[in-house]
Amino acid sequence: MTGRVLVGGAAALVLLFLVSPMLAILPLSFSDSEILRLPPEGWSLRWYERLFTSDRWLLAARNSVVVAVATTLLGTVLGTLAALGLHFGRIPGRGAILALLAMPVVTPSVVTAAALFLAYSPLGLTGTMAGLVLGHTIISVPFVVLAVLASLRGFDATLLRAAASLGATPAQAFRRVVLPLIAPGVAAGAVFAFATSFDEFILTLFLAGPGQFTLPRQIYAAVRDVWDPTICAAAVVLFLASMLLLLASEAARRRGGGLG
Amino acid sequence: MRRGGLPAFLLVAPLLALLVLSFALPVGRMLWTAVADRELADALPDTAAALRAWDGDGLPPDAAFAHLARELGAALEERRIGLVAQRLNFEEPGLRALLLRTARAAERLRDDPRGGLVALDARWGEPATWRLLKGAAGPLTALYLLRAVDLRLTPAGIVDAPAEEAIFRTLFLRTLWIAALVTLICIVLAYPVAATLAALPERLAGYGLLLVLVPFWTSVLVRTTAWFVLLQREGPLNAAAVALGLIEHPLQMIGTRFAVILAMVHVLLPFAILPAYAVMRRLDPALPKAAASLGAGPLARFLRVHLPLSFPGVAAGGAMVFLLAVGFYITPALVGGPRDQMVASFIAFFISQTPNWGMAAALSVLLLAMTGAVTLLVRAVLPGFARRA
Repeated sequence: MTGRVLVGGAAALVLLFLVSPMLAILPLSFSDSEILRLPPEGWSLRWYERLFTSDRWLLAARNSVVVAVATTLLGTVLGTLAALGLHFGRIPGRGAILALLAMPVVTPSVVTAAALFLAYSPLGLTGTMAGLVLGHTIISVPFVVLAVLASLRGFDATLLRAAASLGATPAQAFRRVVLPLIAPGVAAGAVFAFATSFDEFILTLFLAGPGQFTLPRQIYAAVRDVWDPTICAAAVVLFLASMLLLLASEAARRRGGGLG
Repeated sequence: MRRGGLPAFLLVAPLLALLVLSFALPVGRMLWTAVADRELADALPDTAAALRAWDGDGLPPDAAFAHLARELGAALEERRIGLVAQRLNFEEPGLRALLLRTARAAERLRDDPRGGLVALDARWGEPATWRLLKGAAGPLTALYLLRAVDLRLTPAGIVDAPAEEAIFRTLFLRTLWIAALVTLICIVLAYPVAATLAALPERLAGYGLLLVLVPFWTSVLVRTTAWFVLLQREGPLNAAAVALGLIEHPLQMIGTRFAVILAMVHVLLPFAILPAYAVMRRLDPALPKAAASLGAGPLARFLRVHLPLSFPGVAAGGAMVFLLAVGFYITPALVGGPRDQMVASFIAFFISQTPNWGMAAALSVLLLAMTGAVTLLVRAVLPGFARRA
């Protein structure tokens, strides 16, 4: 029994280690001075005020949202279509396609970033939002395909025959039978694609010009440039956004989506 | 609704086109630049052809001298001499200046290219210079891959790089060492968490898992930034350690290997916990009881029942951590010092700071070879690995 207590205690410490950095950043972002003391001597919202009135941070936030939304739309449409094709069709080279799909996930991002930089430069795609969205889509879309394929795994094909025998056209059968069943998977994939794009850093470092800085890129620039607790405030805002995405992902998972 | 081959393929085609055009081809082309040698042949095509035809013995024929003088002059005039100058200078420092000087004198060399070139600079009278140019005439070169493992190609064969220029073997060993250490720590820390959560009722375990998912979903940059703040000399960790009497004066932690390992473990730990938990959750709780009834003590139950059965999850998590750790860039860049940078930092360096696509590609090839080898190794042990994800 003591063994179990020891293991449980170790587990609790590790879990504390996992969440403590964010717990420490939270009060620092509300400090009224630049001194990084815990607990802060006084409280204020000045770093949030600075964050929300800075053109650079606002541009970065806008860029992050625009790129993530565009990536999610493109990735979800292409990924869902491909998953449907892979599931229902007899595609030659299906294994090779799935392997190709896994490549962007397992390739170190710095290699992908270097390759895209080299390919996009002569096309004039570096330093553009379009280039950034394309790059982010490449690394996000595998999650959409996997999530939709996972939701199709238990799909009973007799449902489609039943729908047809009841007089449904293929389009009706798709809308009323297939779509509701894969919706949680599509949602889970979309949330993961959004989060992947929202958090992405290395591709953005290589592909974005100053006009396309996203929040992670701007945080990096700020940490390297002049340090002030505005960065803590930005980290907290980004953290809260990630928590919203986590909740959305958990909601999708409970409805049968997810990558499990 | 049972779609045949063609309509289903049309559904897959857009994504396939995107992946091939915007991922597979660019990556393939980038990796190809690790062995491609086109700069000299592109800028000085006739010189390259003459040198390829030359047997490399003594000095090349007059035609090579004439082509070189003429084509260098033209390349300078048309502003396309930069790449070939950079390529040759990389192999032999000083050649850029020689090439530019020669190009500017091209006009005067027209009547007697051989005599003029040798008079201009004695290096044009040395077979070694010409052999180096012949070696760069393409279409392929081993230069970059050899450099990436601190080797040089000389007339005497392949030799070790001079000690002061040998940095890449250390770099790869350091990358492997950091990745291995982080993986080991992650596995050791993940095990009690996964085991404890797997033993809890599902509802309670869900709350514990949330504590794992929160950092998992938080941006790597945000978490690294958090560590950057916490580890400052005037930061909270130092202040707490001084207040507790653990240390007398604040320690410099940013820029140390310790900071890199700590932050990397924090970033990658969820990848080790989640697969281990998934496997342990499916273990039959009756098994340890059966082992106990057969007389196995706690240690024997752990070593002979729990550990072997949970191995697939633990190994899959460890492999994932290792594969991600080997390519790490942000965390060493933000909290590490110059001696803690990994291969990815050097790839980035050769792209943005000192553009050298050959070296960036050669390092990428080796990095991919490392991750590929690990993936194959893990697949041999765990048949299902990376099929699903």
